[in-house]
Amino acid sequence: MSTRATALPLPEEFRPVRGEWWVFLRRLARRRTSLFGLVVVAVVVVTALGATWVTPFDPVEQDIGDRLKPPGSRDATGHVHPLGTDHLGRDILARIVFGARPALLVGFAAVAISGVLGMAAGLVAGYFGGRIDDVLMRLADIQLAFPFILLAIAVIGVLGPSLTTIICVIGVSSWVVYARIVRGAALSLREREFVQAAQALGSRDGRILLRHVLPNVFTPWLVVATLDMARVIVIESALSFLGLGVQPPTPTWGGMLADGRVYISTAWWLATFPGLAILVTVLGINLFGDGLRDTLDPRLKV
Amino acid sequence: MRTFLTRRLLQSLVVLLGISFVVFFILHLTGDPASVLLPPEATAQDIREFRARMGFNDPFYVQYARFLRGALQGNFGDSIRHGEPAFGLVVERMPATFQLAGAALLLALCLAIPAGIVSAVRRNTLIDYVSTVVALLGQSMPTFWLGIMLILLFSVQLNLLPSSGRGEWRHLVLPAVTLGLFTTARITRLTRSGMLEVLSQDYIRTARAKGVSDPPVVWKHALKNAAIPIVTIVGIELGTLLGGSVITETIFAWPGVGRLSVQAIYNRDYPVVQAAVFLLASTFVLVNLVVDVLYTYLDPRIRLS
Repeated sequence: MSTRATALPLPEEFRPVRGEWWVFLRRLARRRTSLFGLVVVAVVVVTALGATWVTPFDPVEQDIGDRLKPPGSRDATGHVHPLGTDHLGRDILARIVFGARPALLVGFAAVAISGVLGMAAGLVAGYFGGRIDDVLMRLADIQLAFPFILLAIAVIGVLGPSLTTIICVIGVSSWVVYARIVRGAALSLREREFVQAAQALGSRDGRILLRHVLPNVFTPWLVVATLDMARVIVIESALSFLGLGVQPPTPTWGGMLADGRVYISTAWWLATFPGLAILVTVLGINLFGDGLRDTLDPRLKV
Repeated sequence: MRTFLTRRLLQSLVVLLGISFVVFFILHLTGDPASVLLPPEATAQDIREFRARMGFNDPFYVQYARFLRGALQGNFGDSIRHGEPAFGLVVERMPATFQLAGAALLLALCLAIPAGIVSAVRRNTLIDYVSTVVALLGQSMPTFWLGIMLILLFSVQLNLLPSSGRGEWRHLVLPAVTLGLFTTARITRLTRSGMLEVLSQDYIRTARAKGVSDPPVVWKHALKNAAIPIVTIVGIELGTLLGGSVITETIFAWPGVGRLSVQAIYNRDYPVVQAAVFLLASTFVLVNLVVDVLYTYLDPRIRLS
């Protein structure tokens, strides 16, 4: 008997008209605030990718003759600096647009690392329980006890700042939120009939975790990942602000703020605009994440 | 109750031990603590002597045991820059950091709890929308930018408040607002959702049906139950505040542990960094222990289970 059970085709009238993703998108789109968040995030991502076409200026090209020009002033060739120039005569808009790249790159990469780590830890802790659960949760407590920024800058100070170091430090130390949410969900899934049925049929633990538990914890995980992305972007700019982020001449929002802080009493635009860029990006992600949570799982507390 | 306390205490001890290991390990991240501590122009001879003097040639676990014994006695070695014991330098600056974090937390609680309650009770009114939008902005605003903007407005433009240093209360206003905004936003949202959940419970309807008027229902019946998650988050937020003080203190030149440690990192003064990270993390663990004990008072189900 090697026949494989095939699902009976549903009669036409019971078939869902569209996939569940379509339903989900419709529901998300009905919330105006989360749609707005999604649009903001999309605009930021597209501008970051197409930075070269967005602005005629080079973000690192200096023009000392044109330094500290207020927003709207023109340079010798007649190009307008819509947001002014900084203390080295570099176009602020160009630097903001290019500065989105390291922010988003660190955001995505760090969230991917911590998300995978946290997912693994949470699945194992919740599904197996017992000793391994105790150990992992104590590790989580230890991780949470550290003032995050301080630990991050201490480690980056020792290893030296680079894109890889920053991504790894943020990624490795942000797994706890994911682990806690996934663990909680796995803990209750373990008792559900379909998991016990799989166990009774002799499925191995690894298979049960991947095929039965993981798909059911994916939704809360996704919500946590989205909201965590906002946090990581703020941390990346905080590190660059302290001079421990991606190093110059690469433009970063935090680095621009640090430069602008020096000129705060004479040239307000230096510090104001990069901060607005962070605020808008983070706000967009937060709004989208809130909408995602309310649409997918309103009871989720994150 | 006693078993709960013992278990919780033991857990805290394990966490403290873990913290001490991580703090010890920071220096060994590159594999060679001597190269981290010594300036790059040090000669091979210097490095050899330094290693022998600091005991870096001993086995790893011997070094950790020595570090742990020192840490328990408050001895993290001498600051490389100041030549004084690192522990003393950090402890000296603790009051400033506690003052700032305390002020920020107080501000957050005084603003957030009333705002959250009003938002929940007057749901979907103008006041609810305003407080929700403010909370959202507060959660999305990077601390360091907020600090700079406040300096621009209140110090540079209006010349009302000082932009740096510590002294009378006027010095505290801008740093406390800067540090406290994120926490305010979080507690506002949490209070609002907690109150909304509690207000729809059966016992609230019962109280209303019995004829209890609005204020006592909100303040006595609902708030006490909505307070449980708020108390937990206060413990966690304190960690955010202690960590956030690193940036806020740097912006406002506030003479606390955060600013000291950032300077120590720039100067490669790692004994000070280790002492600071260890003390701040231990404070966080202690506060959360207290919070958990308080929690059992608010929610006896935890103590009994």
